[in-house]
Amino acid sequence: MKFWLALLLCWQSLGFAADAPALADDPVVEQRLIAIAEDLRCLVCQNESLAGSRAELANDLRREVRELIRSGKSDKEIKEFLVNRYGDFVLYQPPVKPTTWLLWFGPLVLLLGAIWLLIRTIRRTQAESQSPAVLDPEQRAKAQALLQENDSSK
Amino acid sequence: MKKAYIPLAIFLVLVVFLAVGLTRDPREIPSPLIGKPAPDFTAPVLDKPDSVLTKKDMLGKVWLLNTWASWCVACREEHPLLVEFAKTKTIPIIGLDYKDKDADGLKWLARYGNPYDVAIADRDAKIGINFGVYGVPESFLIDKAGIIRYKQIGPFTEEAIRDKLIPLVRELQQ
Repeated sequence: MKFWLALLLCWQSLGFAADAPALADDPVVEQRLIAIAEDLRCLVCQNESLAGSRAELANDLRREVRELIRSGKSDKEIKEFLVNRYGDFVLYQPPVKPTTWLLWFGPLVLLLGAIWLLIRTIRRTQAESQSPAVLDPEQRAKAQALLQENDSSK
Repeated sequence: MKKAYIPLAIFLVLVVFLAVGLTRDPREIPSPLIGKPAPDFTAPVLDKPDSVLTKKDMLGKVWLLNTWASWCVACREEHPLLVEFAKTKTIPIIGLDYKDKDADGLKWLARYGNPYDVAIADRDAKIGINFGVYGVPESFLIDKAGIIRYKQIGPFTEEAIRDKLIPLVRELQQ
């Protein structure tokens, strides 16, 4: 049983090895491809980069990117090619523009808000602990009455 | 005490955000191509490999480009609806056989019915990529000037055809 399992595993890994696209084609192109594709999202398995995904679409898109690299396009032009077709969603780092302001600056705004709240709370508690409790005459009289009541009930 | 309600208010805001998030499908990526000219293409016709169909052939008509493939399971679900819709002769439907063997595509059409005025082949996904296709079936409604007006991501449903596609077609045909 173990032997067959081991054989099966070996066979599977052979299968994967055969699937892997030829990397040695042109090492320079491949290196640029990986550098670009790591910043791009695979649209089928959205948590994988275009560089790491095994999805069919990722294969095809890598092929397109390879062709664009060979035709002398810059990284920016290649990313534009994909954004024009698939939208900003393919970029792992979305561009800063009015529709993404909330995304980019929202956390900063929240942080500043939290700091402001923290400072305000600290100041308040400090002010409260520093100023001794002062009672106005009316309150003092009331307190006195309560204390006397307490004494007389004993 | 007013202050006691602040956490509750924050919680409710979060609940609203999460509830809205739940109603959205993360697989639906809005296409940047809507309102833009459909990409040019020249594609071999599936049953007549010597002839081609180009974007120019379709200018002046409101038409639907439906991407499909014989290996696509969701396409089989959508297919009867397209066959029905084609019978109404509302608009020409062009089928783009995405990453498929021509013979398999033709066999599939013979078996499940052919709703397409012309079926064309996209053997290496080149046309699909230009249209921003990331998972068949996807469909594009293209107007008389060749501008993409609507994209259906995933299979058409009866409701989508009735409530979205047909009203938009009527509007564009005027």
